[in-house]
Amino acid sequence: MKSNYIIKLLEKNERLDGRKLDEFREITIEKNPIERAEGSARVKMGKTDIIVGVKLELGTPYPDTPDAGVLRTGAEFNPMAHPEFETGPPGEDATEVARVIDRGIRESETIKVEELCIEEGEKVWMVYVDAYPINHDGNLIDAGSLASLVALNSTRMPKLEEDDKINREELKGSLPINHQPITVTVGKVNGKFLVDPTFEEEKVLETKLSIAVTEEDTVVSMQKSGNGPLSDDDVDKMIDVAVKKSKEIRKLISNGKKTTKSKAKANKSGKSKDGS
Amino acid sequence: MMKTDEKLIIKGKRIDGRKPEDVRKMKMEVGVIPNAEGSALVSFGKTTALASVYGPRPLHPRHLQESDTGLLRYKYDMATFSVDERKRPGPSRREIEISKVSREALEPALFLKKFPRTVVDVFVEILQADGSTRVTAINAASLALADAGVPMRDLVVGLSGGMLDGKIVIDLMGKEDNYCDADIPIAYLPSKKEITLLQMDGRLTPEETKKIVRDVLHASKKVYEKQVEALKKKYSE
Repeated sequence: MKSNYIIKLLEKNERLDGRKLDEFREITIEKNPIERAEGSARVKMGKTDIIVGVKLELGTPYPDTPDAGVLRTGAEFNPMAHPEFETGPPGEDATEVARVIDRGIRESETIKVEELCIEEGEKVWMVYVDAYPINHDGNLIDAGSLASLVALNSTRMPKLEEDDKINREELKGSLPINHQPITVTVGKVNGKFLVDPTFEEEKVLETKLSIAVTEEDTVVSMQKSGNGPLSDDDVDKMIDVAVKKSKEIRKLISNGKKTTKSKAKANKSGKSKDGS
Repeated sequence: MMKTDEKLIIKGKRIDGRKPEDVRKMKMEVGVIPNAEGSALVSFGKTTALASVYGPRPLHPRHLQESDTGLLRYKYDMATFSVDERKRPGPSRREIEISKVSREALEPALFLKKFPRTVVDVFVEILQADGSTRVTAINAASLALADAGVPMRDLVVGLSGGMLDGKIVIDLMGKEDNYCDADIPIAYLPSKKEITLLQMDGRLTPEETKKIVRDVLHASKKVYEKQVEALKKKYSE
């Protein structure tokens, strides 16, 4: 069986596609492929292909944060993306993917939600981040998180007219961005750790730990998924891998033109936050 | 995380008078639901979880049965009255996710392969929520499984840790959870030294993260002892 072969190879620190254990597949990032969205991105990690679109709508803030905009993240496992995906409302796996992507953005304070308040307690911008896997070949969390970040970086604010009509023809400025979190999922099987598992590899993993890390090397979220156990030393190693790989991936997005602006902003506000 | 000007640790004491490393007053009782094969009521301070276990029993519909293993189903549910503002009934996305990771936290403790074609159902109701509900639920589930006589490799202990006003704290209560710098719920098989649930949100350095995980594992001994005591108590009466 293929699973056994994958495990055999891992014993020799080898993988089916010839990658090293701590090597991602080729990542391609396309910015703003969806013109109708306020921001969007398509990320491919090897054969995994995911599109994230950002839409801004008016809404009411949560009672406990009356002066802040609202982030809503969703993921649908579209049956087009894999024979195992079924139609119907999101199941627990899709829900988990969406919530892990959401936590990386939310906990890192990627979006300056306080700048999205229009009328305290009454009216704020709602930021909807929706992930659509087009082809699932593993590691949807990392690909979806990366696509979400790139989409948010590229999001332009629509104009709000006098009568509260949202004018999407005239886009005004960028979505205010603080940070650039990158999520790295580290899988464990037979005492080996590997990043960016393919669908086949995910099937043999005992467990995986998704770790979101900001540009300041701050860990902002973790999620263990899968029923295999971890030791405290395992967790240490996985965090170290995630911190290292997050830097490499972040370079891919900061090389782009559109993100240099928000990157500069992020550093500035990041400093003031630490000072406070 | 929300911000507050209020200090949550004053002179080394938390708002409920605990030291940073203290666990709230725990109450654990098994055999509280006569109809269930196993059940338990667990509270950490005001956070209260009630768990019941049915099974291993035949899984229906039959096409869901697995010929080489039994299945575990776990339902984490918050009662509508368990929080300040009434919770809408029915599973939220949060509850769906918690149910998934909690099931995965318990599976390594069970010998499900010995019970092919069956299911073990664990239902947990959060009756009152004051922080750390998912780990309180796991303690209740662990006890209910043991009470049901489901063979287990180890008890599963749940405990949270976090960072509050720059200090590592154990067992966050609701207010601390809202305003802390980070929150890490963990489930652990103490004799096996296996972490089976690990989540985190907040802002920490990698070193702080590693330290909190270790501190929670260390503090989980007390929770383990309390579980053992609760199980013994049932049979001594």
